[in-house]
Amino acid sequence: MLIRPKEGILDAQGKAVEGALPALGFEGIEHVRVGRIVELRAETADRLEELCEKLLANPLIEDYEIETISE
Amino acid sequence: MIWGVLQFPGSCDERDALNACLIAERSLNSRDGTGGALSSTRNVVEDPTDPVFESSEQSGVGHGADDVSGRGGGLSDSAPSSRLVWHEETDLSGLDGIVVPGGFSYGDYLRAGAIARFSPAMTSVARFAADGGPVLGICNGFQVLCESGLLPGALLTNERTRFICRQGDLVVGEADSPFLAGYEAGQTISVPFKHQSGRFFAPPELLEQIEADNQVAFRYASGQNPNGSLNDIAGVTNEAGNVLGLMPHPEHAVEAFSGSTDGLALFQGPALATAGAGA
Repeated sequence: MLIRPKEGILDAQGKAVEGALPALGFEGIEHVRVGRIVELRAETADRLEELCEKLLANPLIEDYEIETISE
Repeated sequence: MIWGVLQFPGSCDERDALNACLIAERSLNSRDGTGGALSSTRNVVEDPTDPVFESSEQSGVGHGADDVSGRGGGLSDSAPSSRLVWHEETDLSGLDGIVVPGGFSYGDYLRAGAIARFSPAMTSVARFAADGGPVLGICNGFQVLCESGLLPGALLTNERTRFICRQGDLVVGEADSPFLAGYEAGQTISVPFKHQSGRFFAPPELLEQIEADNQVAFRYASGQNPNGSLNDIAGVTNEAGNVLGLMPHPEHAVEAFSGSTDGLALFQGPALATAGAGA
């Protein structure tokens, strides 16, 4: 699951990272946004969306995408 | 007024919250016993050196403060009193109000308050709230109540990402809530601000609804918004008013030594509201 702050919401973490870049010599980088990835192994993908809605993401402030990889 | 103060793994402010509940409980019991007029509800503990307040400290109505804070007086064992409620407890019978306190439950993993909302006790708290029981969420407790859907909105990392810790001013809002029975709308109170994820956020439509329904309990005083909260919102209520959450820490402002006792009225509020309604 890829979870990140919704567009339009100030991402304070992303801003802090962005603010540090010039001092490190990185230029021309903007709109840094920090999210998180949750990896897990599940028998079925049936309830993963529900899992995101209820726990892994807060739908009020975060968007999520689910990517499934079969082994 | 007997309070239950929730205790989660990792939380750290529950003892101060319990202390505040016990002081509120004693001050009201004492007033009751001495014929104090509960119906003149406003600013009961305006003066913390009030002799009634002091004697209530010494008379030790209720019990438990010795165990938790070492600040209590001589205590009776018989009367039930405010207590901590471990997060696995589901039986809230005998409790008149619930405090979900502050302090990094479950290490704030995932999102602040996200995991604590699944504690067994929170299911009972949701039922308690639905039945009209007063529920107060402070700091991390506010985050838990928002994550649970008991309060509207969400709390984001502070605009400047830093943990803030300082005394500040709040203005009491217009919300119709038993917790505000000891305050006047527009009144300024001084309490500690102490958090890293306190930026109140709600999508535009929800924010409009919160404002239109007078669900704002507290706003940061002009120029003191420490975290980028929308509309300077520091605390909100649910639609019914019986659930209130705020980021700042009223439980750290109940005793004179801490420089402000402005937080105490919040813990006295529900009892004052009941007494006021009955008078």
